[in-house]
Amino acid sequence: MATTGRLEAAPTCMAIATVEPSFALRLDHLRALEAESIHILREVVAEFERPVMLYSIGKDSSVLLRLAQKAFYPGPIPFPLLHIDTTYKFREMIQFRDEMAKAVGARLIVHTNQEAIADGTQPFKVGTQRCCGLLKTKALLDGLSAGNFDAAIGGARRDEERSRAKERIFSIRDPNGQWDPKRQRPELWTLLNAKLRPGESIRVFPLSNWTEIDVWNYIHVENIPIVPMYYAREREVIVRGNSLIVQEQPFVVTMPGEKPQVVKCRMRSLGCSPCTGAIRSDADTIPKIIDELIATRQSERQLRIIDHDQDGSMELKKREGYF
Amino acid sequence: MSGGLLRICTAGSVDDGKSTLIGRLLYDSQSVYEDQVHSVAKASKNRNAGPIDFSLFTDGLRAEREQGITIDVAYRYFATARRKFILADTPGHEQYTRNMATGASTADVAILLVDARNGVRTQSKRHARIARLLGITDFVLAINKMDLVDYERDVFDKIQDDFGDLLTGASVHAIPMSALHGDNVITRSDRTPYFNGLPLLEYLETVKVHRDATSGPLRFPVQLVVRPDDVFRGYAGQIVAGTVRPGDRVTAWPSGRSARVKRIVTYDGDVAVGFAPMSVTLTLDDEIDISRGDLLTPFDSAQGQPPSVGQRFEAEVVWMDERPLDPARVYLLKHGTRTVTAEINHGLVLNQISTVQVTTARPLVFDRYRENRSTGSFILVDPGTQFTCGAGMITEPLHAHTAHDAPLSVAERLAHLARRAGSDEEAAEAIRQALEELLT
Repeated sequence: MATTGRLEAAPTCMAIATVEPSFALRLDHLRALEAESIHILREVVAEFERPVMLYSIGKDSSVLLRLAQKAFYPGPIPFPLLHIDTTYKFREMIQFRDEMAKAVGARLIVHTNQEAIADGTQPFKVGTQRCCGLLKTKALLDGLSAGNFDAAIGGARRDEERSRAKERIFSIRDPNGQWDPKRQRPELWTLLNAKLRPGESIRVFPLSNWTEIDVWNYIHVENIPIVPMYYAREREVIVRGNSLIVQEQPFVVTMPGEKPQVVKCRMRSLGCSPCTGAIRSDADTIPKIIDELIATRQSERQLRIIDHDQDGSMELKKREGYF
Repeated sequence: MSGGLLRICTAGSVDDGKSTLIGRLLYDSQSVYEDQVHSVAKASKNRNAGPIDFSLFTDGLRAEREQGITIDVAYRYFATARRKFILADTPGHEQYTRNMATGASTADVAILLVDARNGVRTQSKRHARIARLLGITDFVLAINKMDLVDYERDVFDKIQDDFGDLLTGASVHAIPMSALHGDNVITRSDRTPYFNGLPLLEYLETVKVHRDATSGPLRFPVQLVVRPDDVFRGYAGQIVAGTVRPGDRVTAWPSGRSARVKRIVTYDGDVAVGFAPMSVTLTLDDEIDISRGDLLTPFDSAQGQPPSVGQRFEAEVVWMDERPLDPARVYLLKHGTRTVTAEINHGLVLNQISTVQVTTARPLVFDRYRENRSTGSFILVDPGTQFTCGAGMITEPLHAHTAHDAPLSVAERLAHLARRAGSDEEAAEAIRQALEELLT
């Protein structure tokens, strides 16, 4: 299905405000989202003692980083960045991460579940659920408690997945870092309740109301740096069903009959190399990526194997403490 | 996209087909992705809801899919060539009324769904009332399941009349609809020739939002004081109403001191005019003492009504906690960027909405809710559970002080707080909070 009559990207104009003679001053929707996100980030810094920003290197993290620069300007970003490194991230991602942290002048903390890595944890050996559980969920909870952080800012959006659509902007986690969808606090107006009981912590989602297209449009108008893997170019990949697997990690072994092919492709979302597929694409600029996005109507998470391993799998991961 | 952003909430009784309507809206406006359709089509086979059960797009939690009901507010996003929409899909069950209030608190337009076979029911009335209370003036009355009453005009007219009384003073757009078959959702249906109005999507694309936050007087709650070095001192916040320009004289409340705005600072450079809902940082020409929780407003009263400053006011409160409101206890009250302790003059139970009198330990700077949604609203937090237990809308400031309300000494006040707390833990927290307020 290549046409979508009604979906449309936001205007890619540089102007912050539109002045309409008959209607006074108005922010376009991207700037309204920006203002809301900045408000949320400032509330976090005002209300919590030890906030941290979870930095995943992806496009949403790039947007979050820019919003943090804006929120506290002309001051520096007043919290560290925490990257949960499964050690299976793409090399380009790690390089980009280190450059960005330096460029924005933020302190970068990298946390890895070293014990699990030493045990040889990898998706094809222990299964994707257990691998994520150890290298992401457990590593995240350990990383947060190691830093004694009371608020963790993340780039998740409500349009990503069904259970995320129910997530609060200030989302409470119990002392084990777990989410209870039935114990969520009502969140009215822009009044965010930052009060915690002993041991509780909070996850904060400033991009809650952004869609994937909003994120791309914002990257475009703001000229925000992103990992080059988002742009299409010719890459050597293994074609497996609908997935194109970039041959980077040593344990991605070719199945009988599979051999690497050169395909023009890009990553639609960035995760661990064994579990994140590329898509065939000619989109080598952001406007082309936006056009492709509007045209494809394939949800961005479709190629993330971990979301499909069981019914409601994202909700279950979140209940266990996953980001 | 000249229409900007429209925030919508939906309300209706159980089984009015709300989730189906939203699923239909997302599906027909092609905002639902292919793989979501696949996973929904797969899940639909396990239930008895026809080829594609649209409600499965929106019921995100496992318990909801298992029980076939919506438990929690879900936020949905879609865009057309004309507008971007944020839709809060709120549950119909009475025990989740608080979620209806949550959805309505930020909405510009409410869609009230009614089953054509049942007409106006208690729950519909309740939702209409909550939406009105939360300041919504534009309503879509979606009279759904018209296919089950043979699209009869009389049914449509009668329900429309019945709702007239409930929504006096509001603008109501009634639509005869079948969400299941798509009648009057995206395009006008042939089966309702008596209906000449806009179908739902077109109405949402074109409805004028009456609430224009930039037209009122400036309201700027200070979130943070930004002091990166010895030279720069700025006040960061989101403009919740009005406009501000360099040179404007502003008053800082509750101190009442004033200064002129020097710069409106943003990461993208200084701006010549700041307006709602921009997040900016203001610098002033005079070093007056301003901190988080203060409110900046125009100095010149010709530029609009000044806010009320006081410790007592009347408010409509929606109670959202299973633990009832206890007038003998002290609650935390968050208003704008300021949190204070507060007492409420009478009890409320879950889902009850009532007019109460609120007394705060420190002065608040506020407007009536009908004048300003931001400076007229507050939430109540239970200091024992830290749960958001109530939501309030200020209706009137109360000034009359009687002997009974005479200020207590500090020692009396602390003893009073300790006596009223429900547990030692709460007593400690209430006293800690009160001391913090006294000392800052």
